[in-house]
Amino acid sequence: MKYVDEFRDQALVRDLARRLATLAPGPATIMEVCGTHTMAAARFGLKSLLPPEVRLISGPGCPVCVTAPEDLDAFLALGAEPRVVLVSFGDMLRVPGSHTSLEALRANGAEVRVVYSPLDVVKLARQTPEQHRVFLGVGFETTMPATALAIRAAAQCGLDNFSVWCVHKTMPAALRALLGGGEARVSGLLCPGHVTTIIGAGAYDFIPREFSLPCAVAGFEPVDMLLGIESILRQLKTGRAMVDNVYTRAVQVPPNPRAQKLLKEVFVPGDASWRGLGVIPGSGVRIREAYARHDARIRFPRVWERLHPPPPSACRCGEVLRGALPPGECPLFGGKCTPAQPLGPCMVSSEGACAAAYRYER
Amino acid sequence: MCLAIPMRLIKINGVAGVAEVDGVTRTVRLDLLPEAILGDYVLIHAGLAIARVDPRHAEETLALLRSLTDEVC
Repeated sequence: MKYVDEFRDQALVRDLARRLATLAPGPATIMEVCGTHTMAAARFGLKSLLPPEVRLISGPGCPVCVTAPEDLDAFLALGAEPRVVLVSFGDMLRVPGSHTSLEALRANGAEVRVVYSPLDVVKLARQTPEQHRVFLGVGFETTMPATALAIRAAAQCGLDNFSVWCVHKTMPAALRALLGGGEARVSGLLCPGHVTTIIGAGAYDFIPREFSLPCAVAGFEPVDMLLGIESILRQLKTGRAMVDNVYTRAVQVPPNPRAQKLLKEVFVPGDASWRGLGVIPGSGVRIREAYARHDARIRFPRVWERLHPPPPSACRCGEVLRGALPPGECPLFGGKCTPAQPLGPCMVSSEGACAAAYRYER
Repeated sequence: MCLAIPMRLIKINGVAGVAEVDGVTRTVRLDLLPEAILGDYVLIHAGLAIARVDPRHAEETLALLRSLTDEVC
C-alpha cells in the first residue's frame, strides 16, 4: 500500500532504533497521546526497539475509553425510547456501560446498527422515516467533521428522525488538564497525527511554552513513530523543547480552514466529562441551537431520569488513562478482566491500553 | 479510532469522490480538501478525506532517512 509500506521498511526501522540508542538521555517517559499510536506501538513491537531507559506509556487518546460512564449509560437508555434505533461505530459495541452494553441490547433483540461513517446514518434515516436514528457521536477532532457533515446534511434534507448523542472531545484542553494535574510524570508527548491534520501542529505550542515538554506530531507507521520518539529524545538531550512535526506529508502547522469553518458552524465549545479525568471545561462540544432538531440531548431530555446509579466497580481504567497505572499492574488485568470478559473500556477497545497490552505484551 | 487510510482519488464530482486502495473502492467526501485533484492520495477517515498526502514531503522524509542509513553502513 503506497505511503504505508515505505514507512514500515525494516532496514529504516532497524537503523532508527540504533540511532535512538545513542540519543537516550537517561530515563525518559514518553506518552503516546493517541489510541491509534498505542495499538501501532503494541502491534509492531516498538517498545522492544527502544533503549531500556525509554518508556512509552498511553494517554487519554482512546475516545472509546474516555467516554464517561454516565454518557454511555444515557445513550444505552435511549434504546428504550419508542421508535428509537441506536447507531454507533463498531468500536463501541462491546464497551460495558454500568448495566448493559450495545452488544447485550442487541442480543436481547433490540436493533442496534453499526456504521463506518456518520453520513451513512443520514442515508439510513431517509430510508426508514418511521424510525428515529440516534448516532453516538464519539471521537476527537479527526472524527468531528464527519459528524458535523452528517448533521448539516440531515438539516438540509429536513430530516426529523436523525439525531446525535454528542460526546465528541477535543484534545488540547484534555492535555492541559492532564499535564496541569501533575500526576502523569512524562518527559515528552507523541502528539496524534490525524487529530493534527484538523487542528494543526500549532495547537500544541502551549505544551513546550507552559510545561517545557518536547512534543512531536507523528504518523502511525513504525518509521513515523520512531522518528517522533527520536525527535523527543533529541529535544531532551539539547534541553530545547518545541513542537516538531515529523508527519509533514499529512500535517501542517495551521489548522485545516474548511474543517474549522464546518466545526464552528455546527458545534459550540462546551465542557465534557472524561472517564478518569472528570469534567474538563472547554474540552468538548455541544451541537448549536440552529441544529437542535438533531441534538439527541434536546430531543430526549428526560432520559437522565431513567438512569440507575452505577454499581461499584473495581476497574482502574481511569488511572490507566491518566498514565498513572501501567495496565499490567492493575490487579484485575488478565484475571478478572480480559478481552473476552472485560470490566472496563480499556480492555475492550481495539485501541485500549489494556487490550493492547493483553494481546501483544503479555 | 483515529485510523485513516491513504487512498487514491479516482473520481471527483464536486464534494463527492471515489477513492481506491488495493482494488477496494468507496465513495468519500472531499469537503475539507477543495484543492484535491484526481490521482492524489488522501487520508480517509469515516468516509471523509481529512488530509492530502504530500508526495514531496513523503519522499523528503524517506530520502533523509535513507541518507542517514548510508552513513551508518
